[in-house]
Amino acid sequence: MNERQAARMRMRGMLRKEFLQILRDPSSIAIAFVMPLFLLFLFGYGISLDAKHVPLGIVIEGSSPEAASFAASFEHSDYFIPHTYRTVQEAEAAVVRQEIKGLVWLRSDFEENLLSQNVAPIGVMLNGVDANTARIVQGYVQSVWNTWNQQRSEWDGSEFSMPVGLEQRVWYNPEMRSRNYLIPGLIAVIMTLIGALLTALVVAREWERGTMEALMVTPVTAKEILLGKLLPYFALGMGGLVLSVMMAVFLFGVPLRGSLLPLFLCSALFLVAALGMGLSISSTVRNQFVAGQIAIVATFLPAFMLSGFIFDINSMPGPIRLLTHLIAARYYVAILQTLFLAGDVWRVVLANSLALLVFCAFFLIIARRRTVKRLE
Amino acid sequence: MSERFDISGDAKSALTIRGLSKRFVANKQTVEALRGIELQVRPGTVTGLIGPDGAGKTTLMRLIAGLLLPDEGCISILGREVVADPLSAQRIIGYMPQHFGLYEDLTVAENMNLYADLQGLPVSERTARYEELTHLTGLAPFAKRLAGKLSGGMKQKLGLACVLVRPPRLLLLDEPTVGVDPVSRRELWSIVYRLVREGEMTALLSTAYLDEAERCAEVILLHKGVKLGQGAPDEFSRPMSGRCFQVTLPNMNKRILQGRLALLPGVIDATIQRTGVRLVMRESSPPDLSGLPDGIRLEPVAPRFEDGFISMLRERDGHTPPATLSLDRPTAPKSVDQAMITVNHLSRNFGSFQAVKEISFSVKQGEVFGLLGANGAGKSTTFRMLCGLLPASGGTLSVAGLDLRNAPAKARARIGYMAQKFSLYGDLSVLENLRFFARAYGLRNPERGRRIDWALQEFELADHADGASKELPLGYKQRLAMAAALMHHPDILFLDEPTSGVDPLARREFWHRISSLTAEEGVTVLVTTHFMEEAEYCDRLVIMAEGAILAEGTPDQMRARVQSSERPDPTMEDAFIHLIEEHEKKGGG
Repeated sequence: MNERQAARMRMRGMLRKEFLQILRDPSSIAIAFVMPLFLLFLFGYGISLDAKHVPLGIVIEGSSPEAASFAASFEHSDYFIPHTYRTVQEAEAAVVRQEIKGLVWLRSDFEENLLSQNVAPIGVMLNGVDANTARIVQGYVQSVWNTWNQQRSEWDGSEFSMPVGLEQRVWYNPEMRSRNYLIPGLIAVIMTLIGALLTALVVAREWERGTMEALMVTPVTAKEILLGKLLPYFALGMGGLVLSVMMAVFLFGVPLRGSLLPLFLCSALFLVAALGMGLSISSTVRNQFVAGQIAIVATFLPAFMLSGFIFDINSMPGPIRLLTHLIAARYYVAILQTLFLAGDVWRVVLANSLALLVFCAFFLIIARRRTVKRLE
Repeated sequence: MSERFDISGDAKSALTIRGLSKRFVANKQTVEALRGIELQVRPGTVTGLIGPDGAGKTTLMRLIAGLLLPDEGCISILGREVVADPLSAQRIIGYMPQHFGLYEDLTVAENMNLYADLQGLPVSERTARYEELTHLTGLAPFAKRLAGKLSGGMKQKLGLACVLVRPPRLLLLDEPTVGVDPVSRRELWSIVYRLVREGEMTALLSTAYLDEAERCAEVILLHKGVKLGQGAPDEFSRPMSGRCFQVTLPNMNKRILQGRLALLPGVIDATIQRTGVRLVMRESSPPDLSGLPDGIRLEPVAPRFEDGFISMLRERDGHTPPATLSLDRPTAPKSVDQAMITVNHLSRNFGSFQAVKEISFSVKQGEVFGLLGANGAGKSTTFRMLCGLLPASGGTLSVAGLDLRNAPAKARARIGYMAQKFSLYGDLSVLENLRFFARAYGLRNPERGRRIDWALQEFELADHADGASKELPLGYKQRLAMAAALMHHPDILFLDEPTSGVDPLARREFWHRISSLTAEEGVTVLVTTHFMEEAEYCDRLVIMAEGAILAEGTPDQMRARVQSSERPDPTMEDAFIHLIEEHEKKGGG
């Protein structure tokens, strides 16, 4: 048997062993498939950054047809569940009890002012504790008010003119569904989990159980040990990717405007970078618990918070914004959001892929250097 | 497979080591693990590497296996330089580390397949080789079982099978028999011997069992990183002739006799052996027994390897009198002959599996009572029930007159427990551990302070009081564990495999302490062990297999059971193995 055949046989042995372990160890299956499913369902159904069905108080101090007509326009909106109050005190008490998120106040002289001067101020009070929702609700109330005024002047036949007409168009995500950009970003988090956390744990486990020591005193080379870990978890990660993309498109209706080939190529690139991180971590610390902690703090949390997946990078403070350049997930999230929502924008995809390539090379070199067939 | 037959390098040596040194840096202190080691191992032999804890045995094994880089010196295995080209050396060696890492979620066959792939055993040769190895190791019926579900001895045999899948030219075994019961131990040895005899294999193995050293063709004695000697086992024992004696005194407790003899001038070692005490003298003159009662008999005996070993270590380090132990007990011991532990038809089921089958025995005050058995015999389960950690499925038990399940706090205040593994807080210092256990047992100052001082002094831990306990040598860890278990003046001491992995010197010291504890303080000791020589220290013992008691009695009675014309003077190990085999023949296994 020549050396090449022997090397092939060793490689095959390492791979078969790793796959058998993955199949028999419920925890790696859980991290690779159950956790992504859980995250996808959580972000697909559970978490939404949109404001919908917001309970809103409408205070009508004196009933009049005009006031009723305005209040009714909230009824037809998807965004609000209006609650009507007689006095502003009642409504304020409801805000304090957190039954409503804010109130719209039509004073008793609403109709009178409207008819006499054609100008009737309304009061809007919002609970600013949840600043994000408050801002969105503010915009919605404004637009309901504008629409109602417009319709009213149409019925009147009188001319209602705004000084400047504002026509808005939202590109790529016209309905502004948060799900549409959260789920592509989530794929980056899932790939980080499989790539970095799982591999960090499995290599450290070999050290802990003493299997690594026995393995090292066989003719297996450091390169083969490394590949024996890389390839199976690469396959697992790509499996996780297919699962996530299918769920994104078919279950959550996220549009996929770009093509599949760049999506898979870029994902492969990111996955290799993540695997490199995981292998570097675990061959350095050699302890499952510590490796897991480091993997979460150094890869998973940054992928969650600093990648632009949930929080916009441009609105971060300067130093943090600089820091995000060191997070591989940042580039991958940019690619994912572009490919899903905008399409094959090659400039964005290629520039970010280049950055991922640098990460791949960096972490693979570290992992290769750390994997020596010695105990020191 | 051509490598198997090429002859390269020094034909007279399978392994040559020259000027080998290895230093480690820990906590800014440099520790010299090995210093100027020179050795050669003859091809086709079994060579033993012997030495107390911390001698550098594992470091040497790892250096030979290419897992560590030496600071100085060179290692060559059949002409292949380990330092320059470890991969080439690793093609011809088989290495079994102390804790051989089997893939526990892979089956027996899958583990062997992996190693066959890694070692490059051609597929065509596998079936025959697997058959040979599984037959040899007795693993044949378990090919499809997960490695994690095998017993300790089986795991070790599978580890050996994996290493041997493609016959190595040099086999390195690092303490292969630690934690393995005597039956499996004997089997492991016969496998290694058979392979060395039949094949072109050389074996180097380290061991803490001195009786194993005696079976080697050559022994290398390592101590504190230095090679003290190398030669055939009888070369170590020959200078000891005329210095070894067996002393018997029928009417005296053997442990008390041993304690007194150990203090005689000129005695460097006193151990309990069969019906009496075996003495090793510094000079070749018999001990002066004039101060001892009449009826005492002294006869010279042939020296053993162990005598040479102990004498060499004592000469080097200076001989300190054996440690004794007093419990500093406020009250005098109670009347003797009172049963401290009574067990009646005790059984325990795990699902449909009966781990302990209606066993009965009782232990008197001041007795040392042993539970012996192979791995999985039900010793630990029995132990846990006695300590109140596990409820019994049937039968009754009482410890110090109480059932630990019903009156746990009260009964537990009267027992001390020393677990098999070091179960103290490794990150706490010795002093902090003692303080913690004193508080946990509810001791208040000034009593607490007194007990801590007592522990530091009695166990000679004062010099290490502020060091992290995980950094302690194994023997010291064991002293600390024992001190913690004795903090609250217990009447009964439970010891679960107390000396597993501890070297012969530390083991002697440990038993000296136990002896004085029982003899002078009336403490009752229940001990599990699979060191057969330790069974000799027990007043009475039971041998267990598959959850049942096979035999009960004194060590002398046990040996007498298997005495025959072809075996006139059986050892405890002979007795144990005979009983187990007899049980298996009856269809028990």
